[in-house]
Amino acid sequence: MIYDITLKIEYLYQSPVSKGRHTVCVAPSTIDGVQRLLASDIAFDPEPDEKTERQDFFGNHIVDIGLAHEHAGTGLAATFRVERLQAALEVSRSLPFADLPATLTKCRSMKAASPLHFLAASPRVSLSPLIGAFARDAAGAPHSVFDAVLAVGQALFHRMTFDATATDVDTSPEEAFTNGSGVCQDFAHIMIAALRSLGIPAGYVSGYLRTLPPEGMERLEGADAMHAWVRAWCGDALGWVEFDPTNDLFVGTDHIVAAYGRDYSDVAPIRGVVRLSGAQDSTHSVDVAPVPEPA
Amino acid sequence: MSPTGAHTAFPDGGHLLEGYQPQPGVPDEMIAPDGSMRYVWAPLVTQLSMMTPEEVEGAFAHGHQHLANSGVFFRHYGDPSGAVRDWPLNPVPVVLHEAEWRKIEEGLVQRAGLLDLVAQDLYGENRLIAEGKLPARLIASNPEWLRPMVGIKPRGGHFLNFIAFEIGRGPDGRWWVLEDRVDAPSGAGFALENRIATNSIFPQLHRASRIRRLAGFFEAFRSMLDGLSADGTQAGVLTPGPNADTYDEHAYLARYLGMPLLEGEDLLVDGGELKVRTVDGLLPINVLWRRMDGIWSDPLELASESQLGTPGLVSVIRQGKLTMVNALGSGVLETQALMAFLPQLSRSLTGEALKLPNLATWWCGQPSELAHVRAHADRMLIGPALSTRMPYETDATYALGGRLRGPDHGGDLDRWLVENADGLVAKELATLSTTPVYQAGGFVPRPMSLRVFLARTENGWQMMPGGFARISGSSDPTAVSMRNGGTVSDVWVVSDTPVAAQTLIASGNMRPASAHINALPAQAADNLFWVGRYTERTEHLLRMVRAYNIRLDEPVSKALMKQLRKQLAFYGVKPAQPFPKAVLAALDSAVNAASQIRDRFNVDAWAALMDMQKSTHRISRRTKRGADAASVMSVMLRKSAGFSGLVHDNMARSSSWNFLMLGRSLERASNMASLLAVVTSKKAPEGGLDLAIEVGDSIILHHQKYALFTSRESVIDLLACDPTNPRSIAFHLDVICKGIQRLSQLHSDQRTDELLQKATDIREGFAARGVMGLSSKALWQVSSDLLDLSTMLNTIFIH
Repeated sequence: MIYDITLKIEYLYQSPVSKGRHTVCVAPSTIDGVQRLLASDIAFDPEPDEKTERQDFFGNHIVDIGLAHEHAGTGLAATFRVERLQAALEVSRSLPFADLPATLTKCRSMKAASPLHFLAASPRVSLSPLIGAFARDAAGAPHSVFDAVLAVGQALFHRMTFDATATDVDTSPEEAFTNGSGVCQDFAHIMIAALRSLGIPAGYVSGYLRTLPPEGMERLEGADAMHAWVRAWCGDALGWVEFDPTNDLFVGTDHIVAAYGRDYSDVAPIRGVVRLSGAQDSTHSVDVAPVPEPA
Repeated sequence: MSPTGAHTAFPDGGHLLEGYQPQPGVPDEMIAPDGSMRYVWAPLVTQLSMMTPEEVEGAFAHGHQHLANSGVFFRHYGDPSGAVRDWPLNPVPVVLHEAEWRKIEEGLVQRAGLLDLVAQDLYGENRLIAEGKLPARLIASNPEWLRPMVGIKPRGGHFLNFIAFEIGRGPDGRWWVLEDRVDAPSGAGFALENRIATNSIFPQLHRASRIRRLAGFFEAFRSMLDGLSADGTQAGVLTPGPNADTYDEHAYLARYLGMPLLEGEDLLVDGGELKVRTVDGLLPINVLWRRMDGIWSDPLELASESQLGTPGLVSVIRQGKLTMVNALGSGVLETQALMAFLPQLSRSLTGEALKLPNLATWWCGQPSELAHVRAHADRMLIGPALSTRMPYETDATYALGGRLRGPDHGGDLDRWLVENADGLVAKELATLSTTPVYQAGGFVPRPMSLRVFLARTENGWQMMPGGFARISGSSDPTAVSMRNGGTVSDVWVVSDTPVAAQTLIASGNMRPASAHINALPAQAADNLFWVGRYTERTEHLLRMVRAYNIRLDEPVSKALMKQLRKQLAFYGVKPAQPFPKAVLAALDSAVNAASQIRDRFNVDAWAALMDMQKSTHRISRRTKRGADAASVMSVMLRKSAGFSGLVHDNMARSSSWNFLMLGRSLERASNMASLLAVVTSKKAPEGGLDLAIEVGDSIILHHQKYALFTSRESVIDLLACDPTNPRSIAFHLDVICKGIQRLSQLHSDQRTDELLQKATDIREGFAARGVMGLSSKALWQVSSDLLDLSTMLNTIFIH
């Protein structure tokens, strides 16, 4: 399936600033067996005075920009064409849950995809005893790591209500969990905390979701803006699986990956935006449309 | 005991050593195992034993006074109150022979090299983990392992350039490494302060003896820092700012080394380079001696909530245009559990065993290590594996002597060990050697550890021939007794041959200044400007309040008093308060601004300002209205003059001086203009003119120049137009114009041209009016023009 993704982000400041630096993390990359990036264009407004592109530790595509002149806001308009590949989820290859600790102890990889980076607390996900108790309760005595991931993801979906107004970008997972509502970022952070408390490596995925569902399917939550879901490591054979707790499903061809990280702090779309105490206007929109296949 | 008994028993030690008994099995620094005194201690002990207890205490008090005068304060790490304490100097140094010191140095130089190799691997190929020599989880879960730094080779090739170790002497007499402090270690400045204070206690010993000096070490380090810069630009000291526990030390070291002291906000990434925002514009810098935890140094790529960092700093390092000393991410080497692996890593990376062992350490994430720890937990200190602090310095639960302490105190130790094994590290409970502390006329032995410093120089790693000793407050010889605080003392390394005199304090000032030293960071300029304004405002208010209180007991018109109250109200001063709070607030604001730039004032001026603040607050509580308040204001005015005088006599006529004076002159001229506007208005009550020359401190001058009685013309001539009177508006308009001219010469653009134009217009417009043309309205206009000028100046140079 090939998609055209359109992303628009704009921040308006209350008063102009003379300089700015931002780190932008929005562009999908080509990932073996998952997706191929066919075209990419990011237009910044205002036009930056400096621009460098690089890959971060996790292999995400980053643009560093510098604004050396006065500006009253910052924004971007981007288009990406991405081919999402169909991959079978071979659940039976999951590691038995009981073998997970020994397997991780033996692991010696420090590469970006190593499960070891995703075990400990990270800047935005502390290991909350409250969420830990929920996770143990939900998982019960799972046979495989995959079973645990599924059980926790489903339990979370049923416990939480999607509510775009309940939280903001700084809400802690524990707070959102206690309130029982939040957006995709909160769902993802809570699920990551839950899985890590069971010793399952879990990371954050930011990305895009197909706007209009295929015929006969329900529209998914989170398609109007950049979306977030979770990936969990189920042993060397099955590897990473991606679960979307906001929509209660393992991701398929409707999800396009923008970036991988330990939590939101690793993959925030635009870092370095001026944050003032007063209100600040921001708009953020996404459209993901399938490209009609040639007849 | 006979009066002479002690002397015969200890020909060298006299009464000092009476009752000095090291604990059995615990080595002592002064007394050898056979009971004899180590000979390097003899000159010190002899000197002290020839003094009466009163003389000894007098000399020690001298050292403490010296520290107090230097403005050296000590904030204890982790003290929630953040309270500033007097420096806890133990005046008796720890004395070691050079030969012993050389052996320590040899071991620590080896360790420094090893740690650098480990850092290279952890941020490079990661072979140690791939080959199973280091457990992956200790690094992958470690918040000090900074992922953005992975794959970046530091410019110059080294991760570490300035490090410290905490070492102690074990029961077998050998030295052990207790802690690796290799990220941004503090204490080198404290070591210098201790040395200077101890010198002042034992001046003769210092002149005569063979104590190795510290200056050469700092000189070599500074020259290495300068050498790291690719293009000859100067290195800077990066500090988290005045709220940091160790800010005084940063300011002190910057002054001592002649390097600019910079905060994250002083720096800016521009065109792929790091630049300092100065009043002369942006100037490049490419070497920083970092006194800030790495994680806070860049909110874009590291901790995003950091208010202390510089956005984009990591990108400059990535492009090879900035050297951090030490490299960002070096903190991972301080991980407590890493010590368990260093002996093995030394063999596999360098083929050598560690020359100086470290404390036996076990990471509990391994089955056999865990079993060992469970069996011997009562003889261990057990805490968080990934912490970079000793367990008792964290908020976490830890175990000491077989019992749980902290949040889970009293819990089941063995269960805690098993459940949290991966996250725990155990260390052997070290016992330390003792050293003498002076107490009630004699010496008593107290446990101590040493903090020593190593710098990479052009000739390789070099150890500071000194450092400081931390001395326990109790006689418990286990290393953990240090957690209860105690004192610090100087460390003397004594040579068998005479030592050449060296000092950086004199030569530091003689150092040829590059453009960078003179370039004033914009934030510092802002603070200097406000120090100028607030000290001047304080002085003006003191004079006004004095004038008010003098008149309370005199038969003056009610109208004049009302007028005066109105004027004071303009500054928020409530004259009903005997010592108005607004005056204290102005002074506090001055001290606050000055505290951000302590490195720019000489020590005496800063001390004078602190002293003034302290005594003002004290005296303000018992001031009574009227004559008492008037005389209190006079006392404070003399103190204020003391500060101004010290600044005037000692501060170089640099950009710093210029901003200080601009602030002062703007404030003084504007205050005088508004005062004159009131007292010379047609409706002004009688007595106002006399009040003006009193507040303007020009009574005598007036009497010399004019008739005894004041007139509108004589007062305006003297306080507004006389270009020779340092209280007059004309005098300060001149200072302001010259100051701004100087700024625009250094940094000329359209905005500075406009600023200079505005200042010149104010001065010329003022001069053109003359005595007769200066109506009350015109004076108000001058006052308000000057405040506009102040705002303009702020916008151009500071924001």
